[in-house]
Amino acid sequence: MTFSAADLLFILPELLVITAACLVFVLDPVLRTSDKDILVWLSLGTIAMCMGITASQINTPATIFSGLVLIDAYGAFWKLLLYFVTGLTILLSYSYLKEERLYFGEYYGFILLSLSGMMVMVSSADLLTLYLGTELMSLSLYVMAGLKRSEPRSLEASAKYFVLGAFSSGILLYGISLLYGATGSTRLPEIAAAISERSLDDPLLLFATILLAVGFGFKLAVVPFHMWTPDVYQGAPTSVTAFMAVASKAASFGAFLRVFIEGLGGLKANWSAIFLLLCLATLILGNIVALVQTNVKRMLAYSSIAHAGYALIGVVAAGRMGDSSGIASVLLYLALYTFMTFGAFAIVAMLRKGGIEGEEIEDFTGLAKRQPVVALLMLIFMVSLAGIPPTAGFIGKLYVFMSAVEAGMAWLAVVALIFAVISAYYYLRLVMVMYMREPSDLSSPTPQLVMSPTLSIVLACAVAGVVIFGVYPNPLVNFAMQAVLTLK
Amino acid sequence: MTGFPWLTLLIILPLAGTITVFTVKETLVRLTALTVAVADLLLSLPLWWLFDPASAQMQFVESARWIPSLSINYRLGLDGISLPLVLMTTVLMPLCILISWHSVEKRIRSFMAVLLIMESAMIGVFCALDFVLFYVFWEAMLIPMYLLIGVWGGPNRLYAAIKFFLYTLAGSILLLVAILVLYFQGGHTFDIVELSQGTYGKSLQIWLFFAFFAAFAVKVPMFPFHTWLPDAHVEAPTAGSVILASVLLKMGTYGFLRFSLPMLPDASRLLTPLMVVLSIVAIIYGAYMALAQADLKKLIAYSSVSHMGFVTLGLFMFNIQGIEGAVMQMVNHGITTGGLFLCVGMIYERTHSRQIADNVGLTKPMPRYATFLVIFALSSLGLPGTNNFVGEFLVLAGTFLWSKIAAALASLGLILAAAYLLWMVQRVAFGVSSPQMLSKLRDVNLRETVILVPLVVLIFWIGLFPNPILTRMHPSVEKVIARALPPNPEHASTVEHISPTTESTTDQGAQGAPENRPR
Repeated sequence: MTFSAADLLFILPELLVITAACLVFVLDPVLRTSDKDILVWLSLGTIAMCMGITASQINTPATIFSGLVLIDAYGAFWKLLLYFVTGLTILLSYSYLKEERLYFGEYYGFILLSLSGMMVMVSSADLLTLYLGTELMSLSLYVMAGLKRSEPRSLEASAKYFVLGAFSSGILLYGISLLYGATGSTRLPEIAAAISERSLDDPLLLFATILLAVGFGFKLAVVPFHMWTPDVYQGAPTSVTAFMAVASKAASFGAFLRVFIEGLGGLKANWSAIFLLLCLATLILGNIVALVQTNVKRMLAYSSIAHAGYALIGVVAAGRMGDSSGIASVLLYLALYTFMTFGAFAIVAMLRKGGIEGEEIEDFTGLAKRQPVVALLMLIFMVSLAGIPPTAGFIGKLYVFMSAVEAGMAWLAVVALIFAVISAYYYLRLVMVMYMREPSDLSSPTPQLVMSPTLSIVLACAVAGVVIFGVYPNPLVNFAMQAVLTLK
Repeated sequence: MTGFPWLTLLIILPLAGTITVFTVKETLVRLTALTVAVADLLLSLPLWWLFDPASAQMQFVESARWIPSLSINYRLGLDGISLPLVLMTTVLMPLCILISWHSVEKRIRSFMAVLLIMESAMIGVFCALDFVLFYVFWEAMLIPMYLLIGVWGGPNRLYAAIKFFLYTLAGSILLLVAILVLYFQGGHTFDIVELSQGTYGKSLQIWLFFAFFAAFAVKVPMFPFHTWLPDAHVEAPTAGSVILASVLLKMGTYGFLRFSLPMLPDASRLLTPLMVVLSIVAIIYGAYMALAQADLKKLIAYSSVSHMGFVTLGLFMFNIQGIEGAVMQMVNHGITTGGLFLCVGMIYERTHSRQIADNVGLTKPMPRYATFLVIFALSSLGLPGTNNFVGEFLVLAGTFLWSKIAAALASLGLILAAAYLLWMVQRVAFGVSSPQMLSKLRDVNLRETVILVPLVVLIFWIGLFPNPILTRMHPSVEKVIARALPPNPEHASTVEHISPTTESTTDQGAQGAPENRPR
């Protein structure tokens, strides 16, 4: 094992983010309350710098730290997506924390730490590096979920998330150790080489695959490992929920795909069967349970579960087919999912009725009359989530279903689309209350979206992504295709 | 062909109008929307003359790469089948805006914006030559229509809106899968023209046929899938009903004609009996249901089910008369039923009731209105000299060649149509009205006359001189038939038998058989 100082240059973005996180922690107690906005700009500036550095690394792949970390287009795709989401989260939090009267400088530090964990996850070529990244991400998220200390729901969310998260990490680690036992390595290329020499029915490999699938299943919130999702998503501060629903899911998918394609690619036949089952269960349960929710955050939680199911279709197809378009469709799906989900959560976060969050579906009643632009944005996000053209959601589904049909599983596309129709019902219910219902009780304070410049930026970015990529997805598609090519 | 991007402009103009509607002063919203719709109409009219009637090719073709990685292109074009439908759409839209002039008060900006978005999407559906582009336009219409019914509709609008939405969405998902399957079977292309020339295995065709069927039959709507239609029609505002009946329903039959017949000829022939049975059931059942209705809008809604049955019947006859009659009927139904819905909307503005019982004996207080109503009703029941006669006659002639029994059964629909429409007219126009009604009703004003007169003109123009339309669609329809009937001896003889004038000059060849010309 050799260590070269030059390798540090390649992980400059990670180093920058961690340094910024530490700076935030150190500066927070020192700064006066009125100056604490500096922390926000510091975080945003760091992310902007990282974006530049990562973008310049796209075409210069490298294997560093003796094969522990990979710098390639695949990692860059996820990192850029994560920077984008983190930037939006910080902007949203800036308004949200003020509304909620949560003044924590650490908040931004935790977001950055969590981001650094995610960055490690998506660029690790070694299962232990990956595990470190996962833990760094999760530990920060556990804390962030419980930040609304005055509210029992938030604390419950944090505790629940921690217990189940730790449990799943354990399972993941167990899977890693079994894999090490079977192949003698934790490095993905060596694992792949060892697997190619063994029989596919090797029980040790099978167990390791299942345990890894379960471990990642928790992180991806795939049925039946989704139990924590609704409670955590509902209880956590909404800005954190948005971050979890989008960034942590994207990072988990990034790491998960790399492990299963690069490391366990030889076991495709096995794991694609497992993921087919998980995918069906996720589509069915996520969409059906979302139907009966009355809380928007819970509804969006189940919707995000369901969307993981759609993304899994691409994984299953990739397992069946063995070419890269299935994986590319997953990347594309998650990138497009980011815009609409984040936009929806941003609106939920900033919808206020007399100081508290208006997170019940009923709170959206008659919104179109009071704030037509906000209602229109929410309409666009909901339509996109339902996968109706001309929005990003449709393009995502088109690619995923295309890879399913290409892999000879048109039936899976049919099943998924049937559940897309079911999902349209609950997404449109929100549209219905916004546009077609009059508020019945006039005495209670009417929920109103509290606009602020940062929120406007967030919403503008989200809706621009949904509409522009819905009409012209080429740049994103090409990037996803390019990213997947570096995956072996 | 021509360098000028006619079709793109036709689609873009209403979209641009949508933005304008939100920027002008509140008082100018209606006028702006009307201007945009009229401009779109004026822009579409030259197509009628620029169109080369002798060609079966797509015309005014525009092509640009859209999503190259999936070889999805932005391809637009018109042939003799889509041209009349596009023009029908652009003619109807200004009327829809005019009829909503006073009847829609709430959120007028959004209302006009929704109408204009719909116009773009509808024109897009008829022009699209790329399957994914078609699907995008096809689905893009759902949300505006959902809002139109749900926001500006009647008392039970929420139920009707979501029912409409879920029915049509459920139908079209199978279409999406079928499109994707076709992509991989038809040589990795979404080009409609290319896909229409491919050959596909028989069992695959049958699967795809049913997938297409799910989407198109819901939209038409064919018999077992029609239940959303009466609800949607009754609850929708007048403009919504007109768009729904006149244009949206045509998208279903257009789909059958554009995709099912040429792409899946074997399955289409094999399943013709099924389609014929469903069509005839729709014709008779729709007519029977219409007889029983006390609500004017419901009556017309069920009459639409019946009339659309004629269209699907004609389409699956695989002969010139049947298909040309069907396309004629698509246009005619759009004009006539649109007119009837407009009439109902006008009377609803006055009496606030759509019940026949509340609108009795309108001849005395509203003589001009009654005249229009009678004209539309007579046109709808297919009186010779009106447009519906041409279409229905051609369809029945085509059906007669295929099966005399089927033709006889379908003719029952005509008799029933006469029954429910004349009965309706008898009550609404010529019943004995109550004295207090006489005083409060004013006759159609200038705006309403302007709305109805173009439709009346079209009714008689098509009824008396159908040739210009038939001429334009003839080569395209022949192309579909040539594709749907492979040149084997058995079928070739049928083709010769039913269309003796195929080889004659275009303007004469426009009528499948000379004696079909209605005089």
